[in-house]
Amino acid sequence: MSDLIAPLNEAGVAAAVREAGAMRAPLSIEGHGSKRGLLRPVQAARGLTTRGLTGITLYKPTELVLSARAGTPLPEIEAALAEHGQMIAPEPPDTRGVFGAELPATIGGIVATNLSGPRRITAGAMRDHLLGIRFVNGMGEVVRNGGRVLKNVTGLDLCKLLAGSHGTLGVMTEVTMKVLPAARASATLAIAVPDLATGVRALSAGLTSPFGVTGAALRLDAAGPVALLRLEDFPDFVAYRAGRLRDDLAAFGDVTVIEDSAAIWRDVRDAVPLGAMPEDAIWRISIRPSAAPAVAAALQAAFGARLLLDWGGGLVWIAGPATEAAHAAVMAAAAAARGSFTLFRAPAPMRAAVPVLPEEAPALAAIGARVKAALDPFGLFNPGRMRSSL
Amino acid sequence: MIALPPPKPEILARRDEIVAALLALLPADAVIHEALRMRPYETDGLSAYRQMPLAVVLPSTTAQVAAVMRYCHDNGVRVVPRGAGTSLSGGALPLEDAVVIGMMRMNRILEIDFDDRLAVVEAGVTNLGITKAVEHEGFFYAPDPSSQLACMIGGNVGMNSGGAHCLKYGVTANNLLGLKLVTPQGDIIDLGGDHLDAAGYDWLGLMTGSEGMLGIVTEVTVRILRGPEGARAMLAAFKGTEIAGAAVDAIIGSGIIPVALEFMDKPCIHACEAFAHAGYPLDAEAMLIIEVEGSVAEQDSLLDRIKEICNRFDPISLKVATSAEESMAIWKGRKGAFGAVGRISPDYLCMDGTIPTGELPFVLKRIGEMSVQYGLQVANVFHAGDGNLHPLIMFDANDASSFHKAEAFGGDILKLCVEVGGCLTGEHGVGVEKRDLMHVQFAPHELDQQRAIKTAFDPAWLLNPHKVFPLLDAA
Repeated sequence: MSDLIAPLNEAGVAAAVREAGAMRAPLSIEGHGSKRGLLRPVQAARGLTTRGLTGITLYKPTELVLSARAGTPLPEIEAALAEHGQMIAPEPPDTRGVFGAELPATIGGIVATNLSGPRRITAGAMRDHLLGIRFVNGMGEVVRNGGRVLKNVTGLDLCKLLAGSHGTLGVMTEVTMKVLPAARASATLAIAVPDLATGVRALSAGLTSPFGVTGAALRLDAAGPVALLRLEDFPDFVAYRAGRLRDDLAAFGDVTVIEDSAAIWRDVRDAVPLGAMPEDAIWRISIRPSAAPAVAAALQAAFGARLLLDWGGGLVWIAGPATEAAHAAVMAAAAAARGSFTLFRAPAPMRAAVPVLPEEAPALAAIGARVKAALDPFGLFNPGRMRSSL
Repeated sequence: MIALPPPKPEILARRDEIVAALLALLPADAVIHEALRMRPYETDGLSAYRQMPLAVVLPSTTAQVAAVMRYCHDNGVRVVPRGAGTSLSGGALPLEDAVVIGMMRMNRILEIDFDDRLAVVEAGVTNLGITKAVEHEGFFYAPDPSSQLACMIGGNVGMNSGGAHCLKYGVTANNLLGLKLVTPQGDIIDLGGDHLDAAGYDWLGLMTGSEGMLGIVTEVTVRILRGPEGARAMLAAFKGTEIAGAAVDAIIGSGIIPVALEFMDKPCIHACEAFAHAGYPLDAEAMLIIEVEGSVAEQDSLLDRIKEICNRFDPISLKVATSAEESMAIWKGRKGAFGAVGRISPDYLCMDGTIPTGELPFVLKRIGEMSVQYGLQVANVFHAGDGNLHPLIMFDANDASSFHKAEAFGGDILKLCVEVGGCLTGEHGVGVEKRDLMHVQFAPHELDQQRAIKTAFDPAWLLNPHKVFPLLDAA
């Protein structure tokens, strides 16, 4: 990108958008650009970054609320929360490894991509913890939606619409998140399961127990598949529940209780156990957990896919050759399971050539085009990012 | 009194033709057009507002909903969706020239899968009906609005309903996987699915809480959760609202998120005690009901920690339930709060603003001052953990000036909520009740942005056009 506009405040973002609107000159929208390789390459000569908009603007630990300007680096927010023993519960991934980025994600970028880690299965996604936003729409107006209170149904929820819209509907300038106390202790049950299907059943058994499992992943290690179930709470609670779960899950395989498991979950969060080769493409499929074994078998048969399961089997990370044939197999497996797929990482020509997300039904696509026009009438924001037509 | 958009005379003139067309699309018993039989549909939980509709239809299938929507779209007929009619904000209030689509016949549970932790139900299944269908396996559907015995899941999606336990489990939006929806044009579309976080725009999130303005939900895929080993409540009474508020801050600051944290002020305590005889302390200025979950040992441990925190705030009394029965007794008064207030006053308005929890003492003080100023009594019950305030303003509906004063008082409370950094509605929705206050929270261009989204779904503004947004002069 030859030209990157980096305003230092919200008014500057609005001015840049108005100027781009007057020139009908589309913009690539980003924070630190750490996920530039996600989805389709953007068709824009100029870029607009929110990295100049930094700083936590409000943090009330006892009200469980934090606001920060969109360009605030995520580690800065996590450090401020840690001082008060709190966290962003969905534990958003650090995708620097996957994309080879140097700078960490910004809070705006994480919200705009709605990326959540292992705790999503019980704590909800980033969008579930988003309380309010300020954003600049395609007319260059600053629009507020949501607020700073935990319960709010006043008007249409544009927060959720913009979360996960990959910067195609507006430029977020500030976000307000619900934050939660971090657990005092955690432990992980690692179950050596005979096969993937048994592993998914073990994860289901954990998630349908009354013990409040907060992570449920399946790693396909060289030594064999390992089902991982995380417990988080006060130390005595964790000890009690680990004991109960160990007894309940013994039938699935040998159970080991790991006391210090933060690194295990950081790796799962960041898809490290996927073992993707640098030249591999990476996909994510979201399905109902019981469909995971069939999806896994189909992809292993099609191209010897490397796999990592999270969210109790409901999220399948896939690595394989960056070919259209492999992509077609992923799309077919997702469709067969009535699930959703994302082409998460691939060389730019491939990302430009294939659908990186499932197509929408015509009636919904028509609504989508009108919604896009309602927020971004001149088509300024990230053209081509999600779909070639949008 | 709230204004409704003027009816279209050409639609009123075509009433017989429209009823005949609906009868051609649906079985005869699914079309109601006689005044006497339409009467139950003229109002909802906000019974101060009434309006007879053009006709009422009661479809049994998504295809029937789509047929009616397509006909209405093609003929310029307005449509008002309705679930159980429990809305406290007038969310189901009809229009004189609108067809009401009542969803109560779509009440089948289509699928339950415990391993995948989901249920697929039609929109007319009641909130509690979902839990009843899964509780034999120890599961439940988490959002629990007070009206859960009657209210329907389709309406819960429309209003993004909450409940007493959403501090831990979230509101409706956090517990959905997918929707089947009929668009204003009569197309049937699926949003989300039976999995988490479908790629693409978050239509599910936009639809939830859209108050029936963007489409009509006919099927809902919800997450069901395995319940905890057990739950137990305690009661803590304090000498001042400010002290109780500080205790709430201290509990949350200690890293404990109770599954429920309810606050009642003195008038509310008295009303509930007279009604339920729950053993509430009548000398307290404020009372908390705190519920925790887990094994018996975990409950004990959490309740001990909370007791220790409350003791720092010089409580008048602390009562920890030792059994499920004692927990139920503690909850009995709170759950009957609306009925209890209904016993001491002929009528009441239930407000629903949310405030930053730190503003609670100030807001309660101001509400007390306004109560004197308006000459109307108010009882406050409050989801303390999340700041969702429910002042119950008592008035006499037979006295028009009393009702107008109550409305003005309620409006002032909601303006105060916005002033201190909160919002107009935490879980009841804007409906018609708070529609004309939207400018207090949003700037004109912010409302226009939301209206433009409505227009994207419903270019002709046929679906619930009189809800949420202040009427435009041009409309």
